[in-house]
This record gives sequence, structure tokens and C-alpha cells, in this order.
Amino acid sequence: MDNKPAPAPFAPWNDPAAVPLIRFEGVTKRFGDFTALQSIDLQIYPKEFFALLGPSGCGKTTLMRMLAGFESPTEGTIWLEGKNIAPVPPNKRPVNMMFQSYALFPHLTVWDNIAFGLRRAGQDKNTIKARVEEMLRLTRLEQFARRKPHQISGGQRQRVALARSLALGPKLLLLDEPLGALDKKLRQDTQFELMDIQEKTGTTFVIVTHDQEEAMTVASRVAVMDAGRLCQVDTPQNIYETPNSRYVADFIGEVSILEGRVAAVGEEIAIAYAEGAKPVMTRCAETVAPGQSVFYAIRPEKIWVGAEPHPDRINSVEGTIVDIGYLGDVSTYHVRLDSGQMIKALMTNAERYAASRFTWNDRVWLSWSRHAGVVLAS
Amino acid sequence: MKRNMSFFNATSLSLGLAFLYLPMLLLMIYSFNESRLVTVWAGFSTKWYGELLRNQQFLDAAWVTLRVAVVSSTIATVLGTMAAWVLVRERRFLGRTLFSGMIYAPLVMPEVITGLSLLLLFIAIGLDRGILTIILAHTTFSMCYVSVVVSSRLVTFDRSLEEAALDLGCSPMQAFGFVTLPIIAPAVVSGWLLAFTLSLDDLVIASFTSGPSSTTLPIKIFSSMRLGVSPEINALSTILISIVAVGVVVAALVSKRQIARRETEEREGQK
Repeated sequence: MDNKPAPAPFAPWNDPAAVPLIRFEGVTKRFGDFTALQSIDLQIYPKEFFALLGPSGCGKTTLMRMLAGFESPTEGTIWLEGKNIAPVPPNKRPVNMMFQSYALFPHLTVWDNIAFGLRRAGQDKNTIKARVEEMLRLTRLEQFARRKPHQISGGQRQRVALARSLALGPKLLLLDEPLGALDKKLRQDTQFELMDIQEKTGTTFVIVTHDQEEAMTVASRVAVMDAGRLCQVDTPQNIYETPNSRYVADFIGEVSILEGRVAAVGEEIAIAYAEGAKPVMTRCAETVAPGQSVFYAIRPEKIWVGAEPHPDRINSVEGTIVDIGYLGDVSTYHVRLDSGQMIKALMTNAERYAASRFTWNDRVWLSWSRHAGVVLAS
Repeated sequence: MKRNMSFFNATSLSLGLAFLYLPMLLLMIYSFNESRLVTVWAGFSTKWYGELLRNQQFLDAAWVTLRVAVVSSTIATVLGTMAAWVLVRERRFLGRTLFSGMIYAPLVMPEVITGLSLLLLFIAIGLDRGILTIILAHTTFSMCYVSVVVSSRLVTFDRSLEEAALDLGCSPMQAFGFVTLPIIAPAVVSGWLLAFTLSLDDLVIASFTSGPSSTTLPIKIFSSMRLGVSPEINALSTILISIVAVGVVVAALVSKRQIARRETEEREGQK
């Protein structure tokens, strides 16, 4: 065994010396009266797999189309490797895009679709042949090279679109909802394939998606967007565990939110959320003042469900089960607290008949630790 | 084919067919008439076809018509496609509404008005009437038909295909040439065929804009009719009908085969 130091985790965004590949500087985009993007500042680093996540109409597609060159910013500047790319037309940018509809040329074979960009770049026949074959191998499409797009399946079309957009070796690859048209099982396989290809080619990927699971799976960092603004830009883990707002907490995964007031500040802070109920005790990274109104967000899987309060957990509260969602691997319990709030709790169905332990209208205790939830000011 | 067609259906079908094709059938039969009198049958003969081929005036007129139709429909296709492209692609530009209204106006404009106004224009600018003026006139009125056909295809054209071409290094012109045009080609071809047909059988506009040296076939037929119906005209019409019929049948067969081939390809693709 060598004693090589473990490689540092890939996190250029934490390295002040790292040079971003793309830098958005106060970018605003308006369509008439409608503001699609509001003063966006964002850095994307080389070799990142960066996800833009948000509901439809949040501006994520506009942001991507500005990178491709199909839209130009109303205000602000987009820098690519230190150059302002606003005056560069789409066909002169070292950026390629994989379209949501795949936009495969229906009159060309798979082979010619992949070779299209290489031919426009004026490369010689042998180089084109070698490159196309490399792309076909990478995307496992060798036996479909002579087919037309309408003669292959949706998953294969998706791979052709990917191969075509990678053929020119772009510095930046944009993927607009690349897996949206695939069914769930194929989508999951393709997510890992995408990550694999991104790693192999070392290309910077920017993916637009509204599917939070997809963003969490593939991306090194996720930007959560809403109404033309960036809400939070961080690693999937930080977005999930330390969301900075109720919107982000709610958009990513399941969450229960208690609205309350800071009752006491100490090593733990106490949040009073209902008259007569025991306040929630939690650690809090932010400084809060007594009396301040806050939100307490807690994920269902952090909550333990039992017939008694859990002895080691600082918070426990009693409630009634009003709904059970059985998903096979896990069950979600919707519990109404005696003070009226609804809390979701998740239990793994580790034993085949364990799930039948609690049922509708059962009284249960929910317990969680001081580290389980997040205090949010907004 | 259904064997047990009801009496009512059979009757309406035969009446409809008779209504449409009996006149033409009559004309074709009489083109093989021996007699000079068109309405009196005097035995089978192909002599009028021979006469027709020796009639230099008809041959000249046919040649003029063909040249006019090919040139005008080609120019109309280019201009009409460009107009359609601008109207579909450019959402906002100065005078867009006016332009889109004006381009379709010739569709509903009475031909007499179009012909007269073109005649006045040619006189005003001192252009001698001849084959050139007919070509110009036919281009003008058939262009809007092309633009209607092509723009209806462009509306359903996936814009992202053009964007993909741009993204892969095409200039806007190349994107049109390498991607858009090959895909909309069937619409452009049918636009051309429509313009060609319109030019081929136009009488009104051509008679306003033709000169003494440039008589088109429809004008020739019409003017010789004034001297009485001759069996030669019947023969000529029969030839024209046959050409059109063969064209229609071939086009139908080709498109049917294409659809069939595409369907098998798609079936194989799904395996």
C-alpha cells in the first residue's frame, strides 16, 4: 500500500486561487416588461457539473441560452475564460448545447449528425472519421451509425444528441433538460452514464433541470433558482442539509416547517411554535435574537417515530397519524401534532412486517435531536 | 373495395364522377373523330394529332408557355420561400403586418385587376410586352401561393434544429442551406409545382401582359376558339389532360411508396 495522500475533494469554488471558466457579473435579462433574470452573479469552474434547478419560468433556460449565444444580456457581462462573450455569435463560441428536443437533423444519419459540426469546422476526412467513431464508442451507438433519427429509440436519440454536442470538444457543454423525455428507469441509468462521460471527457457541464433528484445526483454544485434570481448555489449536500431559505428547503426534498418565535438563546436556542407546547430545542449557526420570528425546517428522515419518546433525543412531541404513504422501501407518516401542525416523518421498512406497527389514528411520539433541523430567518 | 355498396351511395358516386369527368371524356373521344365537325362522329382517326404537330403556331405557343412556366415558377419559389421565412421567423419588424397582409392579397385579388395594373405598370416604365413581362406577371401572382405553402410548413418547423446548426458552427446562411432547406424541401417543391401549374393555365393575366411575339398556349387556344371549335383543340386538350393525369398518378404513387418505406423503416427502428 502506498501512503499517497488522499486526493483533495473537487471543490474549486472553495479555492480563492481557482479561475472560473464562466463568470456572470450583474447579468439581467428583460423581455419587454418581463424580467427573466435579475442581476445574476455566478461563477462556474472548469470540469464542474453544474446544475441550474428551478420550476418552469424561473429563468434557468434563459441563463443557459445566454451561454449558448441565443440570448444576450440586457445588463451585465458574461465572461468566458476572461473574455466577454456578448459579441460572439453562437457559431463562434467554444460552447455546445444539447437541446431538450434533441434537435437531431431528421434528414441525416446518426453518423452524419455527429459529423455535422466537424464538417463545418473544416476538418479533414480522416480526422472526422476518427472523431465520429470515438463519439459512437463513447455513447455505445456503433451499430446505429447508419440509421436515421426516426429509426432509433428515444434513449438512443438522447445519446446521439450527446455525441453530436460533444464531437467538437467544447469547453462547455450545455444540457437543456437532457433526460426529460426518458422514462424513469432509463433516466436513472442515463444519469450515471452522463456523469461517467463528463468525467471521461473532462468537459464542464451545465445542466438545466426541474427535477431535483436529477440535479442532486449528477451535479457537483446546484443553483436553485426562483423568479429570475439565484436562491442558493452550493453542493447538493449543503443545499439539502443547510438550505438558506424556506423556498430552497421546500423545493429540494420533503420538509416540515414550523413557524415560531425564538424563546431563549443559549448553547441551544428554543423556538416556541405553539401555545402550551414544549419549545423545539436546536443548535443554530446563525445569530438570532430572542423574540425574533423564525422558521424551523426538519426533514422527515431525521425524525424517529415511536410509541414512547426516544430517550436520547432532546425534542419529542406527541401526535396522531392522519396519513401513511407506503412506498415499499420507506413509509411516510403524516402526523398532526396536538397543537395542530403537520409533521412528516419517514421510516425505513427494514423488516417485512414492521410497517404495520402504526396505523391511521394511532398516537405516536416524534423525536429528533438538536442537530436535526435548520433555523431559517426567511 | 366494398362490394355491397348501397344503391344511394353507388348513384351519388357515379353521378359525381360523371359530373366531373364526362365533359373531359367527351372531349377526348371527339379528339379521335374523323370529321371536322366536332359534334358529329365520323369514325376513328388520329389525324388531328398529326395536324397539331404540324401546326407551328401551336408548337411555338407551347414552347413560350413552358419557358414562362419554368422561369416564373422558379423565381416565385425563391422569392416566396424568402417571404415565408421572414414572416414566420421574424416576429417583429417595421411593417410586418402590412407585409403579411400584402403578400396574401393577390390570392383574393381578381385576376383582371392584377393583369390590368401590371399592364399599366409595364407601359409606364416603358417595358415592351413579350415573354419577359409574362414571366414578371406570373412571378408576381404565383409568389404568394408559394409563400402560403412554404410558411405553413415553416410554422411547424422545430426552431431548435436551426439553433442546433448554429450551435455546431453554421452561419445563419449555412444553417438554412444545410438544415432548414433540406427539411422543408417537399413544401418548396410543391410550391414550385403549384406555381408551375398556375402559370401553365393562366389566361387572363397573360393576355394583359403578352406581346405579339409571345402568345402562350391558353391564349392561343382561347383565340382559336373564336374561330370555332376545331378537332385540333380537342387533340391538344387530350394531350394536356394526359400529361396532367400521368403527373398526378406518378406523384401519388411516389408519395405512397415513400410513406410505405418510411413506415417499414420505423418498424425496423423500433426492434
